[in-house]
Amino acid sequence: MAENAAVDRRTLLAYLVAAPTLTVAVRVGADTWAPEAAAATPEAPAATPAAAPAALPDLLPDLGDVLILAGAPTAHLLTLEIAEDGTVRFGLPRAEVGQGLTTAVAMLIAEELDAPLDRVRVRLDDARPELLFNQLTGSSNSVRSLHRPVRAAAAAARARLVATAARQWSLDAADLSTKGGAVHAPDGRTLSYARLTARAAAPRTEKAPEAPLKSAAEQRVVGRPTNRIDARAIVTGRQEYALDLDIPGAEPAVVRRPPTVNGTVEKVHNTADVRAMSGVLDVVEIPTGVAVVAKTFGQALAGQAALRVDWGAGTVDDLSHEDIKAKLRKAAPGFLPPLLVEHIDAEYDFAPVSHAPLETNSAVADVRADRATVWTAAQSPIAARAAVAKAVGLPAARVDFHVVQAGGSFGRRLFFDAAVEAAQVSKASGRPVRLMWTRVDDMRHGRMRPPTHHKLRVTHTRGKPLSLQHRVASVETDVGHGVGDAITAGLTELPGGNETLAQTMFRLSMRSPYALGATAQTLTELPLKLHTGSWRSVYSGTARAAEEMFLDEVAAELGADPVAFRRERLKNDAQRKVLDAATGDWGRELPAGYAQGVGFHEEYKSRAAFLVELDARDPKKPRVTRAVIAVDVGRAVNPRGVEAQMLGGLTDGIATALRAGLHFDKGLPLEGSYSQFHYARQKDSPTDVRVHIVESGDADAEPGGVGELGVPAAVAAVGNAYARATGTRPRSFPLHFDVDFEPFPR
Amino acid sequence: MPAQTFTVNGEKVTVDAPDDLPLLWVLRDLLGIRGPKYGCGIDVCKACTSHLDGEAFNPCAVPVAEVAGREVTTIEGLADGDTLHPVQEAWLEQDVAQCGYCQAGQIMAAVALLKRTKNPTDAEIDAIANVCRCGTYFRIREAIKVAAARVG
Repeated sequence: MAENAAVDRRTLLAYLVAAPTLTVAVRVGADTWAPEAAAATPEAPAATPAAAPAALPDLLPDLGDVLILAGAPTAHLLTLEIAEDGTVRFGLPRAEVGQGLTTAVAMLIAEELDAPLDRVRVRLDDARPELLFNQLTGSSNSVRSLHRPVRAAAAAARARLVATAARQWSLDAADLSTKGGAVHAPDGRTLSYARLTARAAAPRTEKAPEAPLKSAAEQRVVGRPTNRIDARAIVTGRQEYALDLDIPGAEPAVVRRPPTVNGTVEKVHNTADVRAMSGVLDVVEIPTGVAVVAKTFGQALAGQAALRVDWGAGTVDDLSHEDIKAKLRKAAPGFLPPLLVEHIDAEYDFAPVSHAPLETNSAVADVRADRATVWTAAQSPIAARAAVAKAVGLPAARVDFHVVQAGGSFGRRLFFDAAVEAAQVSKASGRPVRLMWTRVDDMRHGRMRPPTHHKLRVTHTRGKPLSLQHRVASVETDVGHGVGDAITAGLTELPGGNETLAQTMFRLSMRSPYALGATAQTLTELPLKLHTGSWRSVYSGTARAAEEMFLDEVAAELGADPVAFRRERLKNDAQRKVLDAATGDWGRELPAGYAQGVGFHEEYKSRAAFLVELDARDPKKPRVTRAVIAVDVGRAVNPRGVEAQMLGGLTDGIATALRAGLHFDKGLPLEGSYSQFHYARQKDSPTDVRVHIVESGDADAEPGGVGELGVPAAVAAVGNAYARATGTRPRSFPLHFDVDFEPFPR
Repeated sequence: MPAQTFTVNGEKVTVDAPDDLPLLWVLRDLLGIRGPKYGCGIDVCKACTSHLDGEAFNPCAVPVAEVAGREVTTIEGLADGDTLHPVQEAWLEQDVAQCGYCQAGQIMAAVALLKRTKNPTDAEIDAIANVCRCGTYFRIREAIKVAAARVG
């Protein structure tokens, strides 16, 4: 393997673990893969000097960095094993929710180990409390946080296999090469990893010799567009989600829930009647409602519908959409007229949005007197396990918590309410259960992106911007799912101050990519007890989208072209390269009623620009017809996966800008299914999408975050295109948000 | 409890189930056929899309008694052993899936569409109402076109 002095070769300690076949555990320190973050100081919340050097933003930590630091001390517990059948097995302490992480990790391993990709098996780890903060999937940081330890483990394993073969052949290890899951000698002899692994196994745990990682130029798997490793299972219907698991004796369970959020059970009138219904096995009360256990979900649903329950009040029974909107407008402090300079102001509102993953909230639980086992999709399994243990009165050590691949998340699986409920029902009913939320409950009692209000101001003299102020008011985002603990831990090395976790998260995630003078973004949270949660892109999904739409207004006021205006004020060439790659067709002629719109966003050490073309000939039925997306994610481990995530961001942008939102009405969202919550469908999706992956030009660039990157730019591009096509300034999103349905009964 | 007899994926089955039990739960909970997914229960998300006598339908909204004596095909019955259906192959080539939860339904809807029309227009593809919350629609469209070119 060629040496490359430019590559960061700081020590990546790996251990050979005593085991029957070759097993490697990685140990790395905090400074190994986030050195700049450890040394840097967070940006002051109030103002960035107008003349800040262009490189400054890259030196500042973001939310992903902080979570990476929090996980650093325990990342050494990642283990990779080569089985006697030659398969390479790796336990991934993260969730796979569709973002393609298992594929990216398998690629990293295949690359460093010179093993065929289809021999690499990545399984999701059970909850491992010893990992503390390093088992949290969020902030688009999984590849960022894991790529070095994963590669280090694979490189150490490869080196050990080579050394073992060298010993067997009495050859010098330096003369041997590896390819296709085997060690090759210059004379043509080969030894497969399958045959070597037992001999390569360590008799006792010891430090592995240092093994260099491949440079980007040497990589053959990483950087090549690669299809998902689970694609065949998916297209044949064999991919298993929580409720597809065959857990012996686990019976279907569904919960009847209150008519308002956080309502309580007062009295159940017809327990005996429902128990006597066809297929019903049990009716039990849990804190969040009344559960019906039955032989089939169809029968559980029928029982749930037949229940007659008196309900106690919820936490926000008097609140409705317009009240919340008004409270938010009031909560965001207004601007005073500036002295001596001109100003441009704008306001935006965003409705709450359901996560609405297609797999509803669900879990399987088997709670016995002295132990419990849970199977569910979870981004925060350690906190989930602790919550389950508490809910059923067992020590956490008696709970086995298995993480199952999710049917979508978008932030939803940070919460583990289904796991807790399944455990409660299992305990109360004395049998294992498969608990499923109905779609109606998933939308009405599930989590939502909190509604927000935005006040924005740019001050300028003679067309030169002097400052950008952005005051965000948001219903409080619930971060009580383990992220908060991780941030706190990650910040012990950083001056965090006494601000709330939400303020810290906001500050770590919000940054303007533009030089617009003194820039200040502030958050005011409204403590309403709705079921909120982080939704893909978290604060940026609304706040950065608002800024990008505002930028179009500012450009128009100042007589500038929106793309040229952005280009001039972006802070560095990497950003401009991405904007340019998306806007090659900017200004092309389109039929009347069509228009283009752009949006740009930088976060997670990555950047993306979206250009969309929108048909608004009927302004009530706008359709995005075409999209050009450019993205620089540093080293793109799997360009095909990066494209997929951009496509997802685009669809989220279309949906949330145009039609998808929740109307909160007297304590409960009105929307109860996809016929009412208008997430985009095929008919809303463009027929022409191009994604350009822009190389940063840095051969040894680290991978940046990808999963959440697209949303803010996509929302803005759609909003801006609509504004340009119709000559209006949309202020409230989604744009078309009538209650065009008959709500389901409560 | 009445005995319900129908064919699923080429095999004749008889199950004891009430007439009004939605077929989805007969498949998933009584027969262990779990490719068709629950996403709404009221035929709007289409995640459970399967075929009834060769046409797309949604078992979440069809009582089991209605399929008596008829032929149900789920995603599990689409491939011929290890040989995938051309639509499944196109799905692999285009790397359509993200979370994958809706994709069995998307594939079954696409197969039904291609049975009706060999070379579907964009408007005909638009008519597939299956929700994909990951937003893979563009790749679905491309995969349908690839499959159409191959089958046609």
